[in-house]
Amino acid sequence: MIPAAFDYEVAESVDHAISLLGEHGDDAKLLAGGHSLIPMMRYRLATPSVLVDVGRLDDLRYIRTGNGTVSIGALTRHSELEHSAALAEACPMLASVAALVGDPAVRHRGTLGGTIAHADPASDLPAAVLALGGTIVAQGPGGSREIAATDFFTGYFESVLADDEMITEVRVPAGSGGWNYQKFNRRAQDWAIVGVAVAGGGAGVSLVNMGSTPVRASGVEAAVAGGASAAEAAAVAADGLDPPDDLNADAEYRSHLARVLTERALNAAGVA
Amino acid sequence: MTAVTLTVNGTERSLEVEPRTLLVHALRDDLGLTGTNVGCDSSSCGACTVLVDGQSAKSCTMFAVQADGADITTIEGVADADGTLHPMQQAFHEHHALQCGYCTPGMVMAAISLVDEYPGLDEGGVRHGLEGNLCRCTGYQNIVDAVLAAAGSGGD
Repeated sequence: MIPAAFDYEVAESVDHAISLLGEHGDDAKLLAGGHSLIPMMRYRLATPSVLVDVGRLDDLRYIRTGNGTVSIGALTRHSELEHSAALAEACPMLASVAALVGDPAVRHRGTLGGTIAHADPASDLPAAVLALGGTIVAQGPGGSREIAATDFFTGYFESVLADDEMITEVRVPAGSGGWNYQKFNRRAQDWAIVGVAVAGGGAGVSLVNMGSTPVRASGVEAAVAGGASAAEAAAVAADGLDPPDDLNADAEYRSHLARVLTERALNAAGVA
Repeated sequence: MTAVTLTVNGTERSLEVEPRTLLVHALRDDLGLTGTNVGCDSSSCGACTVLVDGQSAKSCTMFAVQADGADITTIEGVADADGTLHPMQQAFHEHHALQCGYCTPGMVMAAISLVDEYPGLDEGGVRHGLEGNLCRCTGYQNIVDAVLAAAGSGGD
């Protein structure tokens, strides 16, 4: 399947990328690793008239630690997260979750900023950043702003990013605390039917593919904070959520999975 | 049309492509390197796997313009000039790691990258690491045997 025709621009800098986005309006899309966008373009679910390639902005490929924070450049690839000794030390959860994305070839191309901007509720890394209490740094024509991950995702493939904004960095607190990630799927390399990310010994709990966005399981977090057992806390994992029905699972089954996987993840993260 | 220069199997190649041209089509249709196959056309099967700057990539999920300036290795480029097979190809040959052969070029390229990226692979690591490459003959057992043999003999 061949994508619809588009004009191709190579961004020389973040400022250049933002100015190109401003020039071309909402017909333009940023191209980073392309592993979400290109498949959608081939199915013609996405038909941008201009692609602004930010994939050559190598100064946005870094992992820095210090002052209790891990700062990761938006163009850092999943395989770089997976193999980074610094990240394994400072935020082992993010390194481990990165290693579960797709397959090695996908991880060689896909980027952290790209997967967060794509805002797929079935993706692994957005949920991990959410559970970790991360921050998204976005730059637009008026400068840079910091967005809490809890405020970032607004719907299926939708976020608070403006048409002329670009993610430049993702920050997470150093130290994952007691953490675990449960990814349930039926086919190798597939997206999670349901996933659960637990960080900070249950202080941060988020769910994958249980709604239109990656979602914080605030009821579970509150129960853990109140001294509930893992089983008691996990029992409310699906409360108030509206998970999708699809070929893989109906909503009731997804809710069941969320409870079971949350209990497993809490146990593995050290909650009795 | 956009001018693109790629180093393919050690040789610099310049071509003019539409921006929407996928790397696999540039390799097959513009450069005549038909060893790289198109399988699922949906980033799932890995038949189109090549090395981009030494790492496996699905050439159906990359525009040729993204590869401008990159070093590309296809299945045509892994054997020696005198025809001596790459150790991974030799291991596939010795272990009969193919049936119809359609997935084989991508499987070999993915395996070369896998062995390079993950030293000390065991069977589980090979199976997990090749999950992005599908063999519709389901000939996985011999493929895993071949990759393990090549990994053990420094087959990267």
